[in-house]
Amino acid sequence: MSVRVENLTVSYLRHPAVHHVSGSFAEAEATAIFGPNGAGKSTLLKTMIGALKPDSGHVNLGPFQRKDIAYLPQQSEIDRTLPVSVHDLVATGLWHQTGVFGKVGRKQRAKIQEALQAVGLVDFAERPISALSTGQFQRVLFARILLQDAPLILLDEPFNAVDAKTTYDLLELVRRWRDEGRTVIAVLHDYEQVRAYFPYTLLLAREVVAWGKTELVLTDLNLRRAAETAAHWHERAPVCRVDEEAV
Amino acid sequence: MTHLYDLLISPFVEFAFMRRALAGCLALALGSGPVGLFLVMRRMSLMGDAMSHAVLPGAAVGFMVAGLSLPAMSLGGFVAGVLVALLAGLATRFTTVKEDASFAAFYLLSLAVGVLLVSRNGSNVDLIHILFGSVLAVDDAALLLVSGVASFSLVVLAIIYRPLVLESLDPVFLRAVGGKGGIWHLAFLMLVVLNLVAGFQALGTLMAVGLMMLPAITARLWVPSIGRMLAFSVGLAFVCGIGGLLLSYHFELPSGPAIILLAGLFYLLSLFVAPLGGALPRYIRARHFES
Repeated sequence: MSVRVENLTVSYLRHPAVHHVSGSFAEAEATAIFGPNGAGKSTLLKTMIGALKPDSGHVNLGPFQRKDIAYLPQQSEIDRTLPVSVHDLVATGLWHQTGVFGKVGRKQRAKIQEALQAVGLVDFAERPISALSTGQFQRVLFARILLQDAPLILLDEPFNAVDAKTTYDLLELVRRWRDEGRTVIAVLHDYEQVRAYFPYTLLLAREVVAWGKTELVLTDLNLRRAAETAAHWHERAPVCRVDEEAV
Repeated sequence: MTHLYDLLISPFVEFAFMRRALAGCLALALGSGPVGLFLVMRRMSLMGDAMSHAVLPGAAVGFMVAGLSLPAMSLGGFVAGVLVALLAGLATRFTTVKEDASFAAFYLLSLAVGVLLVSRNGSNVDLIHILFGSVLAVDDAALLLVSGVASFSLVVLAIIYRPLVLESLDPVFLRAVGGKGGIWHLAFLMLVVLNLVAGFQALGTLMAVGLMMLPAITARLWVPSIGRMLAFSVGLAFVCGIGGLLLSYHFELPSGPAIILLAGLFYLLSLFVAPLGGALPRYIRARHFES
């Protein structure tokens, strides 16, 4: 039992971004989703959280429910001009506990403090979020994920425009999550990061190029195939018949 | 001392209609101030204006059915406003049209229907009454409506406060954790319509938006947290209400525009001197810290 993708196709304007993808993510492990731009990586994550509807097939979350997912989008739509403190933004990670009316009491405050400590931002608690740098803000979002305490964590290109030190610190959090038995799925573009922190990799180019142990997936041959597949985008592509042929 | 008393206090002591107007302004400030602030924070500052136009055909239908009756016109206005909010919301949800565009489309439709109805069935005097109102002519029924709406708004805002702030701050997150952003948004839009309808007898549909938006926009220039901005915008709206009433009393000005112009004056002044976002403080910088 783990998160399974079953013959999943998701398209924009009828052109598939994810095309007949099947497979399953290793449970309590870290899997990287690797692939060129336009390979359907973000689309796959968005379908997993239910933000996009598949054309066909589906995602089976296995032992997890929607509320068990912590999701970090590629471009957060957080309005950073709002007068909200770092502390309060991190506190929203407690939504499942507090809901609309629940109190943020001493116990919760201690947890928020702990999370800020883990990402190295203890002194920033009362700063407004508008005063943070890109890297600091990403640390804040990771602190919120810590508070969400979710068994399934989805990260979409979490280290874009983030410096080496911050990336290292946050990757150590990924390692900690793995050690705690959480399932982590992250879209990444850095080969070395994947090798060092993600035992499993899905190489995606709209279709699955390879999926399994990282060292078996990230071979030169596979990477070349991924690049070639992704380069093709036919304006007048014929209607796909894969499902009919399968019957 | 007596001079100040004559200037500021005696109009309210001597005249019942001034006291009534004062109470009306306090109620309007309490309801509209916070609603306006949320509109500003959600980058929907122009939505209040759109909704105030959307209310018109409902008020006109109310007028056609029952004449110059406040309950009929208010109910009509509320129904029309909510209908536009719902239709625009549905269009946003089920098509690719963005929210601001679909609001623009539906309020224009609504406005056209309203003008058509008024010009076919009423005189220009009635239209002017609907558009501009008069806070000095507020009767008991209107006062009850305004204070009822203010109380209701504050209670509803207290209930939906957390999800509403979170939905303004990070809508993707709220959806991802199953927070159902749409419901809070809709509840909030209802409050916008309600407060516009409440302000409409006192200030008219157009001026009601002014008391909603100007203090809220000004608040962002002065204070740094949501709680303080709420208090600030309510306080400023009330101060403008009192000031506007006194101006209108002493100089025989129409009360609605006097109130809104005073709020506008505060805004213009704040653009220069407000410590947080004003133009001048940005040039006169305090010396920076070591780290």
